[in-house]
Amino acid sequence: MRATVAALLRKELALELRTRESVPAMVLFTVTTYVLFHFGLDRDTVEGDLAAGVLWVTLLFAAVLGINRLFVAEHEQGGFDGFLLAPVDRTALLVAKAVTLLCFLCAVELIAVPAFGLLLLGPSLGQALPELALVVVLADVGIAAVGTLVAALAIQTRARDLIVPLLVLPLLVPVVLGASRATAPLLAQGGAEALPGDWLALLALYDLLFALIAYAVFDFLLED
Amino acid sequence: MLTYAPVDADQGVIQKIFYVHVPLAIVALCGFVAGGVLAIQHLRTRDRRWDMRSYVTIHLSIVLAVGVLVTGSIWARASWGHWWVWDEPMLVVFLIVFLLYATYQPLRFSIEDPERQARYASVFAIVAGAFVPLCFGAVRMAQSVTHPETGTMTTSGPGSVTVTFLVSLTGMALLFVTLCKYEMASKNVTSQLRRLRRRLEGGDDGLPAAGRSAAPQP
Repeated sequence: MRATVAALLRKELALELRTRESVPAMVLFTVTTYVLFHFGLDRDTVEGDLAAGVLWVTLLFAAVLGINRLFVAEHEQGGFDGFLLAPVDRTALLVAKAVTLLCFLCAVELIAVPAFGLLLLGPSLGQALPELALVVVLADVGIAAVGTLVAALAIQTRARDLIVPLLVLPLLVPVVLGASRATAPLLAQGGAEALPGDWLALLALYDLLFALIAYAVFDFLLED
Repeated sequence: MLTYAPVDADQGVIQKIFYVHVPLAIVALCGFVAGGVLAIQHLRTRDRRWDMRSYVTIHLSIVLAVGVLVTGSIWARASWGHWWVWDEPMLVVFLIVFLLYATYQPLRFSIEDPERQARYASVFAIVAGAFVPLCFGAVRMAQSVTHPETGTMTTSGPGSVTVTFLVSLTGMALLFVTLCKYEMASKNVTSQLRRLRRRLEGGDDGLPAAGRSAAPQP
């Protein structure tokens, strides 16, 4: 199982390093969205609730782009058949894809969060960074679990591009809710405030629940 | 219900929409969760009848959810003066859940192979069914609760709020079950009729139904 996941993960990362399809597009998308928010809100800087909302909605929409592309190579080039023919546990594909998506999201956020601090955020990002990283990772795990599941669900439908956002956005409402409430005090005007623990607990609960559900039902999406 | 139940001291007659709104909401939520449980049965047994049951339950719950949104909106307008109130958790949860389940039909419709359609729809139903209680908890946590609770209302007049509410809830649940039975019967009869008609025309019995459909075909 571990070897399979490692092999699949190597393949995914090699593919992304060579084609550079997802991550650059997601990064460009986030920066463009910041510009749009600047003009749409007519504000030079944002802070507190508003900053958290702008950041998380942007990251969520960027994640939708990545989720949309997640299984495209498998679908178009017979990767599913190849994987099903191999004598390995099917859950390995779920784990590998979820970790891939997690890597993509972290790579995007490594650029998108500093870019947000540079372009839109009023208060300085510096002191809140460790706490922010914790919230980001917790939210990313949830997005990766749900995103992988929805990507696998939508890839076999005719209207993939429509089904993915329609499914993912309502499913991720609790993540946006928890992440932006947890982030808001970190980005507040007069310096960062304490991290609210109950929202982190909600995010962790969400991650756990959907990781388990994805683990339980993923096999049924692969039999053909 | 109109004459027996006591009149609310603050809200007046409009409060009686409570006896429609809340049972609708509870039955719809339970219907969504039940759809998920039936879908688990389908994935475990591979029996297409479970998929049909799951489909019918979710389908009717979506209809009830529209009812919840409409009655909730009317009640909010009457008692708080706004058509939409963001700090009423039930209403917000229903909007999110409704938006999620609104994708159920398009998802089924966009998968052609009936076997795969049933399997994928079941996966969706399970994920969404688990999402409903989580989402409810999250939204409830986000808001200072202003939702009126049954026990806290000040009332005048004879009769009991609890009894009326329980009667409405039972009625709504029975209505839901009856509608489910009707829809199942209708689906079965339609497919039987189609099969007979095809046989009458001398066609092959094994042909799939003409045109695609979001509904499962037994």
